[in-house]
Amino acid sequence: MSELSDLYQQAVLDHNNRPRNFGRLPNANGSANGYNPLCGDMINVEVLMDGDTVREVGFQGEGCAISKASASMMTELVKGLDRKATEELLETFHQSVTGEINMDMMEAIDKLGKLAALSGVSEFPMRVKCATLPWHTLKAALLGEGERVTTE
Amino acid sequence: MSPDGARPIDDAEARRLRSQFPAINQEVRGKPLVYLDNAATSQKPQSVIDAISDYYARYNANVHRGLHALSEMATAEYEGARAKVRSFINASEDREIIFVRGTTDGINLVAGSYGPANVGPGDEIVISEMEHHSNIVPWQMLCEQTGAELKVVPFNEDGELLIDEYERILGPRTKLVAMAHTSNALGTINPVKTIVEMAHARDIPVLIDGAQAVPHGPVDMQDLDCDFFTFSSHKVFGPTGMGVLYGKAEILDAMPPYQGGGDMIKSVTFEKTIYNDLPYKFEAGTPNIAGAIGLGAAIDYVESVGMARIFDYEKSLLHYAHEALSSIERVRILGTAREKAGVVSFLLDGIHAHDVGTILDTEGVAIRTGHHCAQPVMQHFGIPATARASLAFYNTRSDIDALVKGLDKVIEVFNP
Repeated sequence: MSELSDLYQQAVLDHNNRPRNFGRLPNANGSANGYNPLCGDMINVEVLMDGDTVREVGFQGEGCAISKASASMMTELVKGLDRKATEELLETFHQSVTGEINMDMMEAIDKLGKLAALSGVSEFPMRVKCATLPWHTLKAALLGEGERVTTE
Repeated sequence: MSPDGARPIDDAEARRLRSQFPAINQEVRGKPLVYLDNAATSQKPQSVIDAISDYYARYNANVHRGLHALSEMATAEYEGARAKVRSFINASEDREIIFVRGTTDGINLVAGSYGPANVGPGDEIVISEMEHHSNIVPWQMLCEQTGAELKVVPFNEDGELLIDEYERILGPRTKLVAMAHTSNALGTINPVKTIVEMAHARDIPVLIDGAQAVPHGPVDMQDLDCDFFTFSSHKVFGPTGMGVLYGKAEILDAMPPYQGGGDMIKSVTFEKTIYNDLPYKFEAGTPNIAGAIGLGAAIDYVESVGMARIFDYEKSLLHYAHEALSSIERVRILGTAREKAGVVSFLLDGIHAHDVGTILDTEGVAIRTGHHCAQPVMQHFGIPATARASLAFYNTRSDIDALVKGLDKVIEVFNP
C-alpha cells in the first residue's frame, strides 16, 4: 500500500485532474506526437521557442494519470529553460523513474522540483513508459523532428 | 441442467478444479492471486505440466523419423494428440488437423497459402469490425500483395455484428469471409453458423478465429461446416507456441504448401520435389512435439470436466460479474451482446484503464488493460483503452467480489 500511495501522490492526482497547459498552443513553432503502441496512449506536445529558449509549451492527448501528470508538470518546469537544460532535466528524470539513480527525497526535490512526486514510478517498471512518453515527445519537438515518436 | 445431462459445476467443484492449477495457488504482492486475465492466456493444470515434462524426461525423440523405441513413442503421442483434437472439435478426419504455432500462425497460413492461389486484383476479403489484429493484418498484407480489397462488417452499440450488412457486402468478388467466433475485447459470441450458411449460399469459404471460443464451450466442425477454423493451445489450458488449424480436406489438399522443409515432402531431388500428404504438407520442420502432447493433455482435462458444463458455469459467473460491476455507479460495461462469453470490458468514469490495472494489481487482482489488440473496437467507442476481466471455469464468485473490492479501492485512491 505504501508503494501505491507513493505512485499516486496528491500532486500527481492534482495534475491529473487539472492538467496545466493542456490544449493547443497558438503560434507554436515546434511540435511532435508521441505514441505508446502497447496501450494506445497518444500525446501531442507543442513548443514556442524563442531562440534556444522554451518560451511556451502545451500538450494534448489521452493518457493515464501518470502520463498526464508527467506531461503537466513538464510543461511547467521547462518554460524558460534552454535546450540543454531541458535535456539534462529529461535525463535526470529518466534515471530517477527507471531507478538508475537513487535519490533521497530532499535530493530529488532539489534536482527535479515537483517531478519528485513521480519518483514512485520506479517501483512500477510497467509504468515507466507512461511517465517518460511526454518527455520523449518534447525532445522530438525541440529537435524539430516533428514526426511521431513511440515508446517501443 | 447442462445439455449433456450432467450436474452443473458449483462453487465447490470450481474450487477443487482450481487447486489443480499450481500457478493460481500463490500470493502476489502479499495477497492471494485472483486471476481474471484468461482471455490473454489461461493457467495450466498439473496434468499438462506433467505431460510435457514426461515427454522430455522419458521419451524425447524426433517424430516420423527414427526407427528406435523413443521415436516410436514420441510419434504415437504426437499423432495421438492430433486424434484428440479431431475428436474434440468433431472434425471428420485427422488429416484435417494441422499443428501450427497458434491462432495467428493458423490465419497467416491460410492468408499465405490459400490467399495468393485464390485471390486476385479487385477481389474482396470480408472481415468484421471486432476482429483481433491477427485477423486483420494478414488479410491487409494479402490485399497489398494481390490488389484485393478488405471489406469490414460493423457492429452495433451492444457489440453485435450487423448481420444484414453481410447480405449487403457479400458479393461476386468476395473470396473469403474471416471472422471471430467470440470477440476477445467485447465477449460477443457471433452467430457463426448463420454467417457460414450465408457465405456458402454464395460459394464463399469462411475462416473462423476460434481462439476465444474453444476454451469456453463445445465447438463442432461438422455442424458449423466452416472451411477453416483456428485456435491457440495456450488459451485452452495448454502450452504456448502451439495451435491448431482445421481445414476441410479437399480445400487443404488443393492449397500449395506454406513453408518448405523436412517432413513436408515425400521425395526431393534438385529437379523435382514431391510434397507430402495432409497434414504433413503444412508441417515443415521438426514440429512442436511437446506442445502437441501438452495440448492433448489439456483436451483430456477439459473433456473430463465437460465443455457444455464449462459453458453453463461461465455463463452464470458472467451474469454475476455483470450484476456486480453494474452496481458500481462509475462503471460502464462495453459489450452487452445477448450472446456473450466470459469477458467483461469496462471503463471506470474519469480513471484511465492503466491506473485501474496498476491499483488492482497491488490488490492481487490480475486483469488486462489496453486495446486488447483490437484497436478498431476502441476506435468504434472513441476510447484508447478498456479494463478487461476475463473468466475461466476455475474462477468463482469470490474472485468477482475481489475485483469489485479492488475497484472500490481504485475509486478511493482517486477520490481521497
